[in-house]
Amino acid sequence: MSTITELKGPAAYWETEPHHHPEGASTNIGFWVYLMSDCLMFAVLFATYGVLHGNLAAGPGPKDLFDLELVAINTAMLLFSSITYGFAMLRMAKGDKAGTLKWLLITLFFGLCFLAIELYEFAHLIHEGAGPQRSAFLSAFFTLVGTHGLHVTFGSIWLITLMVQVMKFGLTAANQRRLMCLSLFWHFLDLIWIGVFTVVYLMGVI
Amino acid sequence: MAHSHNHHDDHGAHHDHGSFKSYMTGFVLAVILTVIPFGVVMGGGFDSRVMTVGLVVLCAVAQVLVHMIYFLHMNSSAEEGWTLLSAIFTIVIVVIMIAGSLWVMFHLNTNMMPQMNHELQVMP
Repeated sequence: MSTITELKGPAAYWETEPHHHPEGASTNIGFWVYLMSDCLMFAVLFATYGVLHGNLAAGPGPKDLFDLELVAINTAMLLFSSITYGFAMLRMAKGDKAGTLKWLLITLFFGLCFLAIELYEFAHLIHEGAGPQRSAFLSAFFTLVGTHGLHVTFGSIWLITLMVQVMKFGLTAANQRRLMCLSLFWHFLDLIWIGVFTVVYLMGVI
Repeated sequence: MAHSHNHHDDHGAHHDHGSFKSYMTGFVLAVILTVIPFGVVMGGGFDSRVMTVGLVVLCAVAQVLVHMIYFLHMNSSAEEGWTLLSAIFTIVIVVIMIAGSLWVMFHLNTNMMPQMNHELQVMP
């Protein structure tokens, strides 16, 4: 204690007021931590799928069900949407509002294409009698791939919301921060999809 | 590491938006690392199943790294290294959980259903 009081001389050696953070300075790291927790959730679903993928209950297996050409198209859609989002971020850094909106719209188009193809695949499987209630394998499959699809759905809703925000208020600091967060979310979903098409589709068919 | 050619003034806290070049590099690498596994598997795969699985997994790991570096702009300096540290922590937990789950559950199958231990060969 005595040393501290001695230091309290004419010059202040520490800040007496709380350190000032600019608004939103910790948003990036906070959102990153959310993504990491989302990653853990997907890891649980991957582990579940890994454990249950052989439990077919005498039903159809991956080789009977999966259409790799459709999955390849879906993968391309998501990869295209990733790069177009990247272009939107580059336009944003240049302060080009119209360009940002254009690339965001293209991103949304690819995202919706991905969802449409996935819904078609799910509908096709359920129509064939391979719905989530058929076997443990199919339950795990629908949970894992469906959760990813649900993330893309919410990402698309978020994307539309931000496009309206940018249209109305322009590329303000707050909107730039929001677009940055969605950019991380969107690229993260593409990253999870690499795991899905590798573990579920490709390794299921090999 | 990502080559960041952005010349706008970023005062530390600002995030790296990458550049056209780094996005395109990442995109081209991602396309190559997607086409290889799909091409091999759709073409019937190699004679050795283990080799096909190995190649597919290797491409996936490489593509995850490409996405992390070129799309998520991860590096050791962003947010004073906290993003990288939390990512490494997450990867450790994920590996322990997935490997542990598979290990425990497949041994459980072997112990409980001796006639079904062909599952061990099906394991990825």
